[in-house]
Amino acid sequence: MSVGLAAVLQAAVLAAIVAATAGPLGNHLARTFTTDRDLAPERWIYRLGGIDPRADQRWTSYLISLLAFSLASILAVIAFLQLQAHLPLSNGMGAMPFHQALNTAISFTTNTNWQSYSGEAAVGHFAQMAALAVQNFASAAVGIAVVAALIRGFTRERTDRLGSFWVDLVRGVVRVLLPGAAIAAIVLVLGGVVQNLDAPHEITTLTGGHQQLLGGPVASQEAIKELGTNGGGFFNANSAHPLENPSPFTNLFENALMLVIPFGLVSAFGVMVGNRRQARTVSLVMATILGLMVLGTTVSELAHPGTASQLAGAAMEGKETRLGVPASTLFAASTTGTSTGAVNAAHDSLSALAGGALILNMGLGEVAPGGTGSGLYGMLILAMVAVFIAGLMVGRTPEYLGKRLGPGELKLIAGYILVTPALVLLGTGVALAFDGPTSSILNSGPHGLSEVLYAFTSAANNNGSAFGGLTSATTFYDLALALAMLLGRFLPIVLVLALAASIGRQGRVPVTAGTLPTDTRLFAGLLLGVVLVIAGLTYLPALALGPLAEGVR
Amino acid sequence: MSASASLRQFAAAVRVLLVLTAICGVAYPLAVTAVAQVISPGTANGSRVEVGGKTVGSRLIAQPFDGPGWFQPRPSGAGEDGYDTLASAPSNLGPNNDDLVAAIKERRAAYAEANGVPVSEVPADAVTASGSGLDPHISPENARLQVARVARERDLAPERVRALVDDATQGRTLGVLGEARVNVLELNARLIETK
Repeated sequence: MSVGLAAVLQAAVLAAIVAATAGPLGNHLARTFTTDRDLAPERWIYRLGGIDPRADQRWTSYLISLLAFSLASILAVIAFLQLQAHLPLSNGMGAMPFHQALNTAISFTTNTNWQSYSGEAAVGHFAQMAALAVQNFASAAVGIAVVAALIRGFTRERTDRLGSFWVDLVRGVVRVLLPGAAIAAIVLVLGGVVQNLDAPHEITTLTGGHQQLLGGPVASQEAIKELGTNGGGFFNANSAHPLENPSPFTNLFENALMLVIPFGLVSAFGVMVGNRRQARTVSLVMATILGLMVLGTTVSELAHPGTASQLAGAAMEGKETRLGVPASTLFAASTTGTSTGAVNAAHDSLSALAGGALILNMGLGEVAPGGTGSGLYGMLILAMVAVFIAGLMVGRTPEYLGKRLGPGELKLIAGYILVTPALVLLGTGVALAFDGPTSSILNSGPHGLSEVLYAFTSAANNNGSAFGGLTSATTFYDLALALAMLLGRFLPIVLVLALAASIGRQGRVPVTAGTLPTDTRLFAGLLLGVVLVIAGLTYLPALALGPLAEGVR
Repeated sequence: MSASASLRQFAAAVRVLLVLTAICGVAYPLAVTAVAQVISPGTANGSRVEVGGKTVGSRLIAQPFDGPGWFQPRPSGAGEDGYDTLASAPSNLGPNNDDLVAAIKERRAAYAEANGVPVSEVPADAVTASGSGLDPHISPENARLQVARVARERDLAPERVRALVDDATQGRTLGVLGEARVNVLELNARLIETK
């Protein structure tokens, strides 16, 4: 079978798995966030936490609970990483430098999983499990909670209550992420992923040399790393590492894990607002963008432009033999489209245009289909922009799902759209203006600019993947990228919750002949245009200086 | 919201985080480990390869093979000398990087000379470093081009070595996933059993 045909069929298998799970998972997610019944383990958690699960919170209270939980998480992760030498199963790993621990703590609590450290060289098993894996669950559940609150803003009327953050957080973990990750972890073990608590131990190789054989609770971490769109690898090489991703099967499985919750949440949105066609429109736009990204990166990598790749005869630098080009680009488009940031190939070694496409994919705001929760709230914000633009054309007050988008709402939406590009472009600009940060660049010329642009795009959009040539374990990058991750996560969340409250307070506008239908192909086309135009106008100048300049030279 | 209410929220946050840490950070990985060790100890412990009752490596992890009598793995960017399991990493060199161009030229010439093939036939995976630096596989073309050299060095009939390679070749999973490949450690382990 030709590479091209196999590539198409491989992508089709992935699409079929995601399409088949989205409906049932969507129903389950919708039930999770609408039912009044608590499960027994959830009641125990509420009792231990001293939480009243029936307390319906205002947006400010919901936000303060969320921020309090995230602050406690950041402090806990820093403590684990600084004190790991005194913990069991630490394999002799010492305290992480403070700026790196701070970066890592913010990275994992914001669902980014940017890794300034190398897993096998810096983090012991206990800190991997009790600090990093916990945040893989929690940060994913926080994102899902925020979108649940936003959807309640649409479904409720004349109320200032958005639900309970604690209930949304706990249910997301107990009903969705924990059972999903447990099953996925076992599948991964059966597929060859390592899962034990062993410290590295030396063996004698076939030729009499010496090699360290590594172990660790890898499969359990890998499962939630992908399912929660986190992306932080147990090992430095992430999903390119054969102990994390040993075969083409585990690779496809991990690829599917990243996509199921983001698409499942869209389906849940359709159930919760009582109109599945609204969800299908959103899914269509997400899937179209993702498909274009897969196509673009795969074609570029198979054509393998670039002096080195042409000389080698194929774009295999930074790619694993068992995966090859198509499985690497499929994963790359999925990981940048979902805010996961796991990588199964070196993005820095991709052809210029493929690397540029990945930067753009993140720059769209992580909405195709985006991270757990954050992808859907990002896309709903863009849908509201699309409604606003359509409203300008026909001279009507914009409405989305029966809620009016007045000046107050539009200010929040505009703020949301501006936050991440500002962080990306300012951050990149500052880094390039100084000698210290620019000396971290590995590849010279336009490709070096791409490394820095990629880093800030990844951090501010909470993706976490990297052009790994950039030496980011410096005080400047640890702190600058931590700030980008922090603001890129929590400023949008503040705006989304404020927006949810603002539309929740409204009554429902009746549908009339003048209402713009938002569940049609026409609207899908408009939304697609809005997504591409906003990101395109924002990032084109920067992309022109980096990947485009390298690609056309 | 008042300061005391915020403080109450923070206290609740700490307690919930502690409970989630116990569940997701301790109980979950330990339970998965226990199940994994029961149902699939081979994979859960790193897919070890044994020769003569002794563990000589993991079938998932590349190791260096010095000498022309062995099938050679891909170049590695892991650690100073490559194949360092404590430093998994790609080269991160860009597609137009001059150092990468020079490295590929050098590897191509060395491979062509060692195996007696024209430089134009040297496979891409033989001159490029992998994503992990620990890629345990090479392409079937790469393995086949090394057959003549290995057979000559070991005084074996080329057909027998070629049969070992064919035997060790795995196709795409389900015909469409990933790429065809040959596991170098397993192939070399079979090689020493062949007389």
